[in-house]
This record gives sequence, C-alpha cells and structure tokens, in this order.
Amino acid sequence: MSDLLIARSLFGTTMGFHIIFATIGVGLPLMMLTAELLYQKTKDHDYVIMAKRWTKAFAVLLGVGIPTGTIAGTQLSLLWPGFMEVIGKVMALPFQIEIYAFFIEALFMSIYVYAAERIPPWMRISSLVLVAFGAFASAVLITNVHAFEGTPQGFRIVDGEIVDVDPWAAFFNPSFIVTAGHVALSAYTTGAFVVASVAAFKMLRTPFGTRVYNFHKKALMLSLIAGGIFSFLTALNGHESAQYLHEYQPEKLAAAEGLFETQSYAPLAIGGFTDRETQRVKWGIKIPWALSFLAGNSFDTVVVGLNDFPEEEWPPLFVHTLFNAMVGIGSLLIFLSLTAFVWNKFLKKEHFPRFLMWAFVASGPLAVLGIEFGWVFACTGRQPWTIYRVLSTADSVTTAENLGILFILFALVYVVLGVAVVFVMLYYFKKNTVIEDINRAEQKNVPLYGSNT
Amino acid sequence: MAEELLAITVLWGFVFIYAVMATMDFGAGFWSMIYFNRPKIKATNVANRYLSPTWEVTNTFIVAIVVAVYSLFPTAAYTLGTVLLIPGSIILLLLAIRSAFLVFSNIAEEYRKPLTYISGLSGILIPGLLISVLPITHGDFVEFSDGRQSLDLAHLFTSPNEYAFIGFSISSTLFLSSLLLADYSKASEEMEAYTVYRRDAIMLGPVSIIMAFLIMFTLKREAFWIYENMIDDLPLLLLSLGLFVIGGLALFLPSINKKGVRGIPRLAVIAITLQYLTASYVYGKAHLPYIVYPEVTIASAFTDPSSFRAIFATYIAGFLILFPGFIYFWSLFMNDKRYLRQKQTKDPA
Repeated sequence: MSDLLIARSLFGTTMGFHIIFATIGVGLPLMMLTAELLYQKTKDHDYVIMAKRWTKAFAVLLGVGIPTGTIAGTQLSLLWPGFMEVIGKVMALPFQIEIYAFFIEALFMSIYVYAAERIPPWMRISSLVLVAFGAFASAVLITNVHAFEGTPQGFRIVDGEIVDVDPWAAFFNPSFIVTAGHVALSAYTTGAFVVASVAAFKMLRTPFGTRVYNFHKKALMLSLIAGGIFSFLTALNGHESAQYLHEYQPEKLAAAEGLFETQSYAPLAIGGFTDRETQRVKWGIKIPWALSFLAGNSFDTVVVGLNDFPEEEWPPLFVHTLFNAMVGIGSLLIFLSLTAFVWNKFLKKEHFPRFLMWAFVASGPLAVLGIEFGWVFACTGRQPWTIYRVLSTADSVTTAENLGILFILFALVYVVLGVAVVFVMLYYFKKNTVIEDINRAEQKNVPLYGSNT
Repeated sequence: MAEELLAITVLWGFVFIYAVMATMDFGAGFWSMIYFNRPKIKATNVANRYLSPTWEVTNTFIVAIVVAVYSLFPTAAYTLGTVLLIPGSIILLLLAIRSAFLVFSNIAEEYRKPLTYISGLSGILIPGLLISVLPITHGDFVEFSDGRQSLDLAHLFTSPNEYAFIGFSISSTLFLSSLLLADYSKASEEMEAYTVYRRDAIMLGPVSIIMAFLIMFTLKREAFWIYENMIDDLPLLLLSLGLFVIGGLALFLPSINKKGVRGIPRLAVIAITLQYLTASYVYGKAHLPYIVYPEVTIASAFTDPSSFRAIFATYIAGFLILFPGFIYFWSLFMNDKRYLRQKQTKDPA
C-alpha cells in the first residue's frame, strides 16, 4: 500500500469508528430530552427511567466518542497537514465555534448527570436542552467543514498563495445548510432506531403484559414515532442533497448513479455494479427518465455524465453501491415505521408480529450502517480531491512515511475500545435492571440518577 | 505584529489553562489508583469526586489548543503536524485508553480495580509525552531539508533536556494535583485524605523545583537561545521561586478555621498556580518570536488577518456565552457543600 492509501485508511478507520459514537451521541440526547419532557408532562415514572437509562448509555458512549473525536481532530493535522494549512487559513471558524458547542455539551452533561438530584426540574430540562444543543451544534459545525470541501468558497488562489479570504463566506458555503441538515436529521433517525432496537429486543425477551414489557413498549412506540418522522425528513433533505450534487459536484452524482454519457431524460439506476469497461451499470434496474427528474424536477434536465470529465478526476465507481445502500436503508426505515404506524393505529393490534419485531431489532444496526455507507460515499465520492478542484488528496497528505505501524496500533485500540464498550454496557444494564429502576423511581428520596450499582 | 502577539497570547493562555487542568486531571487519576487499596482514608473517593464531572471539560481544552494552533498559525500547524506524527499519535492512543477506561471504571463497579489501574497508568504517561512538544519546538530535533521536515526521535530520546522536561512534567502533575486534592479534601471535610495529600504535596514540591532547575541547566547546554532569553527575566524567575516558597509555607501554617490542623491549602494552591503562571510567562516570552526554532515564527505562521479577526470575535462571543456556564459548573462541583460532603459515598468494593 502507498503511504497515501495507508493515511486514508487510517483516517477512514478513525472516522468510521468515531461516527458510530458521534451519531448516537447526537441522536440519543434528543430522545433523553423527549423522555424528560414526557415525564414532566405525564408524571409517568417510566419516562424518567428511560431518560436515566439512556443517559447512562450516553455517558458510556461519550467515554469512547470524546477520545475518538479528539483523535479525529488531531489526526487531521497529523495526517493531512497540507489540508489543514488551507483549512486553518480559510475555514477555521466552524472548528473554533465547535469548541464552544463542545464546552456547552461537556459542562451541562456533567451537571445533568452528577448534579441531577441537586438542581430543580426546570434546570434539569435546561441542562438537557443544552446538552442536546451542544451535540447538535458540534455535528452541524463539523459537517460544515465537509460541506466546504465539496463547495469551497470565500478565497482565491493566486500563484499558489491563498488571498482574499472571507471566512464567513467560506462558513456559509452553498451546501452548508443542506449537508449539515442531512447529518443532523440522520443522526436523530439513528438515535431513535437504536433505542427501538433495544426496546424491541427486550420485548421479545419479556413476557407480554408485564410491567417491564409495557415499559419497553412505551420506549418502542416513542422511538418508532421519532424514527419515522426523522427518517422521512432525512429522505426529503436527501433529495435536496442530490440536487446540490447535480449543481455543484456533477461528477459525484454521475458516479453515484453510474452515468457515463451526458443526457436529458437520464435513467435512474438502482442496484447493480458500475462497469468501467462497458460504461454501464450491470445487473441494475433502470427507471427511465427518473434521474433527470430527481436532479432538476423535470424530465428534460440534462444530467452530466462521467465522460465529460478526465478519467483521473473520476471518483471511484464503487460509490454507486454505497449510495444505493444508504438510500436503500433509509427507505427501509421509513417503510418500517409506516408499517408500525398502520399496524398500531389502523389495525389496532396489541401485538406486533414476530417478524416485524425482529425487523425493529435490526433497525438500529441498519441505521448505523446507513450512516457509515453515507459517509464513505460522501468522502470517497469527492476523490481525488480533499477540497473540490482546489486541493488534491495527494497534496494534503503528510510527508512522513511508514504509517503502517500507526494504522495497526490505532486499529487495535479501536478494537479494544469497541469490545470494552459493548461489555461495559451489557454489564451495567444486566446489573441495573428496569425493575430496580422502577422501584427506585417509585420510592421517594431514593436517588435515581445517582444510583449506580 | 500586534495581531500575532495577541494570537500567541491566546494560545499561550489555552496551553496554560490546559496544563493546570490536565495536571489536576491526570494526577487525580493517578492518586485514585495509588490509594485504591486504602478505602478508609477516602483519598480515592475524593479524587474520583473531583475527576468524574471534570474530565470531559478538561479534555475539551486539548481540542481547543489543537484547533487554536491550526486556526491561528496554520503554517506552524503544518510543521508541528508533520513532526509530531509519532509522539502525537502515541499521546492520542494513551488518551483514548485513559478516558474510555476512566468512564468504564465508574460504570463497572466489580472491575473497578483493573480499570482504574489502566486509566491511572496510561494517564500519568500522557503529561510526560505532552511536554515533549516543548523541547521539540526548540528546534534541535527537527530536521528541515528542502521543504521537508522530520523529527529525529533517536536524538530526542537521548537528550538530557528532554528527560528533564519529562521529569518536571510528571513531578509537577503529581505535585499540583496532590495540592489541589488536599484543598478539595479539606473543603470536603475528609481530614484523613487531607493529611495524605498534604504529605504528598510536601514531598513532591521539592522534587518538581529540582526538575525545574534541571531544565534550566540542560537548556543552557542544548538550547542556549531560550536559556539566555529566560535569564533576561531573572527577577520574574525569582518571583516564581518566591511564590513556591510561599506555597510551601502555606502548607505548614496553622489553619484559620480549623483548630489543630496544619496548612492553608487554598493559599498554597493559589501561590503555586501563580508560581507556574509566572514561570511559564517567562518561558513563553523567551520562546518568541519562534514557534518552531529557527524556521517557524509567529509572523511567518500567522493566519490570514481577516480569518484572525473573525476567530477573535468568536473568542469573545464564546467567552461571554460560556463564562456563566463555567461559574455554574464551579458552584455545583467545587463549592457546593452537598456535593463535597456527600455522606453516602460509593466505596469501591
């Protein structure tokens, strides 16, 4: 492997690992907040117990999310010094503001967890709002750097020097809102379905109609409603994201769709694999005219194909598969929550059938996979550039060599952390059962949040 | 020049705040490990009471420093990023293990002992490696050749100056943290823990000051330029030494509000923090105008002026927004008797 490829693999592994925790870390606080608000409104102890248990899970996830985020932020400079030199001059604002968001999240997370019993309810809600806001803002701001990489503006390069820097123009680059929106909405979707997974699994393992069963059922319904709303919004926003690609990074859309020839009435290819030799998508289903319509809201929209670009500037063609996988999972999640809604509201059934329950169990891991596919698509689809048509990945990478050993070390640590986090979660929730939390919550003067045995 | 100076001052401020917070943080993790098997004196308990709510906030400062370097001095970030790849990666790996296992140790009670050992030991190594950034910026270990920069690791790890810095960093970490924990124990009315931490601080203070002298002694031979600049501020260095003496005395004076107890740890903490502030001001000033000697200066590495102004505006806005949050945080965890003097404590099994 070349040093460039190792650097990309190392950074990709870091990000791939970090985004699991980062995404759930954005999604879960919103679920916690929803549960807290429902508790304040209904005084139903089940909701405060949900908030407590999700908070514990969130705290454990932060134990990995924070250090891996620190690694990601620092590795940017260590592995991509050429890239960060440009970013530092032009696009430092989001990183800088993200620090404040980080501080807000860290301060109020500690207050919410370690001072829960000493502060009044309104302050607890406010702390949680600030935690959720901090997490949301960090995600939006970091995504803004990614948006800038795709649609850079706010500077000019004259003879290799960066001039005419307008940091706020860079900050409000064209794809900021739509890209950041996509990340935030998909994180809320993921947070909800991760909760749904656990709740559905527990329901399958608990006798029907018991106190604990009903607890998990409330959690499942809450998360399916949230998941349904956010997955639908993610899809709407995703459509807009694709139109932005059509306008600003046409070769990325072309690669995502396996489109080689520029054409109006362009077909949408679903599934299959892009073949470089024959310049077509093998084994895929083609929907005539659909791509043109998706890209520009009319069938005669001209969609640019890969052949209009020099081949060395093509993104890797496998991004078609990643793109399909992301969209497929997103659609499946919408379908799943719609099915649950119809089943519950219109057919008025007490039970979900077993296959549907197992589909709910799968929804959380699927949502996380969808996030992974989406990010790999977004970042490899931008290749060979780190900053679109400004800075190539090859010019961004460190001049240091022998990165292989570092790659192995980091990968090992991620494996250790990944395994440990699963064990710690299983251990904690086995020792602290729902029924014990219910008993604690129903007794007065027994701390719920402070309990930890 | 004024803007560059302002920028490097902000960066220095971040580094100093993080240095103090990190010594408390890593030190507390270490003490929590050392006194693990002596639950009666509550020393581990006090350390954890401090550590649990603060580590995330402390960790945010290290990210703030990294971001400040690349947003204020992007060219320096290029050089530092390139030469610090290996030491930086090792720090990151240790930090990941340390933070994760610190959280795990609070959650998985039965496995608390091994988890505390892992986080305590990996934590105490981090300050030693972090401070290595300073001797690296003195330039002796960085090779600049036709646009490429690299770090001579063999040279670095055979340099007495590097070891003086590492020794200073670890002894200071233990000194400052035992001092703070002494104060924290006293405020928490855990007098046994107070006695232990006061004793540790009295033992470690002289070690840290000897290490400081070793740094000066080795600097004189290995990076004379910075030694010379520091000696220009001799009165301030002497003031720093004076503050150290005051801090030390404060540990022996009789307590004001408690009969029969020796030491005013709050005064000691303030005096010693001022001691480090003065000394690091002298060091930072002597380091100027270089970020990495002799190639990278604050002028050559400075960001675009319009970017700087935008960033500086966010510093002011961020400070105004965050300041009340920090005050509230402080009042809940450093100053709330209900938190400090919690009776129902979680003794490790």
